[in-house]
Amino acid sequence: MNLSNLLKIALRAILRNKTRALLTMLGIIIGISAVITMLSLGEGVKLGMTSEFSSMGTNSIMVMPARQQRGGVDMGNSTSKSLDEKDLAALKKSCPHVAAFSPSVTSGAQMVYGSRNHSGSVQGCSPAYLSINNYSLERGLMFTDQDVKVYSKVCVIGKTIVDELFPDGTNPVGQTIRFGNIPMKVIGVLKEKGQGSFGNDADDIALVPYTTVQKRFLGINYFQMLEASAVSQEASEAAATEITHTLRATHGIGNPDDDDFEVRTMDELLTSMNSMMSMLTLLLTAIASISLIVGGIGIMNIMYVTVTERTREIGLRMAIGARQRDILLQFLLESVVLSLIGGLIGILLGILLSYVLATAIQSGGDMPISFVLSYSAIGLSFVVCVAVGVFFGWYPAKKAAGLDPIQAIRYE
Amino acid sequence: MSIIEINNLKRDFIVGDETVHALRGISFGIDAGEFVSIMGTSGSGKSTLLNILGCLDTPTSGDYIIDGVNAATLSRNELADIRNHKIGFVFQSYNLLPRTSVLENVELPLMYNKQYSARQRREHAMEVIHRVGLDQRIHHTSAQLSGGQQQRVAIARALVGDPVIILADEATGNLDTRTSYEIMALFQELHASGTTIAFVTHEPDIASFTSRTIKLRDGHIIEDSPVQTQNAQAALEALPKNEDY
Repeated sequence: MNLSNLLKIALRAILRNKTRALLTMLGIIIGISAVITMLSLGEGVKLGMTSEFSSMGTNSIMVMPARQQRGGVDMGNSTSKSLDEKDLAALKKSCPHVAAFSPSVTSGAQMVYGSRNHSGSVQGCSPAYLSINNYSLERGLMFTDQDVKVYSKVCVIGKTIVDELFPDGTNPVGQTIRFGNIPMKVIGVLKEKGQGSFGNDADDIALVPYTTVQKRFLGINYFQMLEASAVSQEASEAAATEITHTLRATHGIGNPDDDDFEVRTMDELLTSMNSMMSMLTLLLTAIASISLIVGGIGIMNIMYVTVTERTREIGLRMAIGARQRDILLQFLLESVVLSLIGGLIGILLGILLSYVLATAIQSGGDMPISFVLSYSAIGLSFVVCVAVGVFFGWYPAKKAAGLDPIQAIRYE
Repeated sequence: MSIIEINNLKRDFIVGDETVHALRGISFGIDAGEFVSIMGTSGSGKSTLLNILGCLDTPTSGDYIIDGVNAATLSRNELADIRNHKIGFVFQSYNLLPRTSVLENVELPLMYNKQYSARQRREHAMEVIHRVGLDQRIHHTSAQLSGGQQQRVAIARALVGDPVIILADEATGNLDTRTSYEIMALFQELHASGTTIAFVTHEPDIASFTSRTIKLRDGHIIEDSPVQTQNAQAALEALPKNEDY
C-alpha cells in the first residue's frame, strides 16, 4: 500500500474519533506550545537586552574604584578615591584601543526654573560622554574641554527635565536653571533616548562639566567612576587590559589582588548575561518538554486501545493480503499524524502565547524584550513530534502487525 | 484443471501437554469451476482446513498446492500475497470496515496490490459491485445496509482481485432463510459464470445448492460426493411470500 493511501487511512481513523484524538493530542499541544513559548521568550529577552545594551554602547567600558583591603582589613568604600586627574592623563596617553574617556561624578540636585522645580541627578562628565553613551544633541551645543578646564556653569539637559521645567514649550537653550543655589546656563538639549537598560529614565539627566560637579557641588577632587569606549566592540577586551595595566602602573600595584579599581566592559556583561539567559531558557525548555513525554505516553496508550478495538479490521486486512509491514506502517503513521497534528496546534498556540506574553511584558516596561519567532524552535518541534509519534507508536503498531490473522478476524 | 491439490494434509496443535490432531491426513482436489461445500460438525476440523485453504495457516505436514504453488512452504509475506492475488474470502460476519463506503470496502484488497492504479481499482470495484447488484449503493456506508446487502459487498470484495477461488466461511450463518437463499442464488450465478467456490457450512439445505460435498469428521474425510444441485432461485420463489420478517 502506498504512502498517500496510508495517510488517508490514518487521517480517517483519527477523524473517526475527534474528541478522543484531541484529548490524546493535548499533552503534545501543551508540551510543544510551552517549548515554543519558552524558546521564543528567551530569544526575545536576549535580543531585547542586546539592543538595550547597544543603545548604551556595546563598546563602553567602566572603571570603578574598588573596595580595598589593607593587610586583610576591609577599608570600605570610603577609601575608594583611587581615580583622579593623574590617572586620566596617564590613561589618555597609553591606551590606543580606547577611543575616548570621560570621568563621571554625580550629585543629586533640585533644579529650579521660574516657579517649576524638578529633583534629579547631575552627571558630571567630559564632552566625550555623549559618544561613549550614544547620546546626541537635539538642539544647542555640548560644552567643551575649555568649559571643563574653567568649571563653567553650563549644562546640557535631557527630555524629561525639559518637559518638567519648560512645559509651555519655551526653548530651554539660553535659559538659566538653578541647581540648588548654583545658576547654570542651558547650552544644549539631548535627543530623547527612552528607557535605560535597567528600567531607569535615560532622559532624566543633566550633563555638566565634571570639574563643575567636583568643585561647585561636591568639593572633591577624585572621580567616582571613569567611563570609556573602546574603538570597537571587539577591541573591548584589549582596551580593558590596557586600562588595567596603566592603572596598576600609576597606582604602583604589583599584585593583581591588591587592585584598588575594577574594569568592566559592556561586552563582558553582555556575554555573561546572554549565557545566563541561555541557561535559563534551556532549563525552562527542559521542564516544558517533560509534557512532551507525558503526551507521548498518552499517544501510546490510545494507540494500544485503538489496536485492540480494531483487531477485526487488522485481521480482515491481513486476510485480504496486507503484509505485516503494511499494518505496522498504518498504525505507525496514525500515531505520527496524531502527534504531528498536535504539534501543529501546539506551534500555533505557542506563537500566539509568546506574542501575547512578549507584548504584555513589553507594556509592563520592567524588562527589555522583543517578540521573536524562533524558527529553529519550530523546526525542532516538527522533528520532535515525528520522533514522539514513531517512538511511542512503535510498540502498539508492532503489536498490531504481530497479530495472528486467524484469531484477529474472529475477535469479539 | 485442478485449482487446489491437497495430499495427505495433517495439522496438529499443541495445547498444553497434549497434541490435538485437527486434520489427520486428508487428500482431495478442487477443479476450476467447481462449487464445493465443506461440511462437518464443530471439532471436525473444517475451520482448520479452511484456514489452510485460505493460506492463513500452514499444515504440519503434507502438501497444499494452490494454482500451482505449494503454499505449505511459503513465508508469511508470500502467504499474504497469495491471499491477495488468488483467494477471495467471505466471512460469516461480513467484516466490512465501519463508516467506510461500499466502493472503498470493495477497493480494499486492490490497495494491497501494487499492480493496480487508482483508476483500475475504481473500474474493477465498480464492475464487481454491479455483478452483486449494488450499483445504487456505492456511497452508502455499511451501517446503512441490510445484512444481505453487507454480505453482497463482502462477496464483491472477494471477487475484485480476480481470485482463483472464493472461500466462504458460513457465509449465510447470520442471515434469515430468504436472504440466505438470495445469497446462494448469487453464488450459483457466479458459479455459472465460471467462478470456483468452496463453501464451508453445517446446514444441509445450504450445501444442497452446491455441486459437491466434502464431509469431515474428527479430522478425516468421511464422504466426498457429488450433490443433486438444487436451484436457489427456485427455492427462493417457493418460500411463503407473506413471511413477516
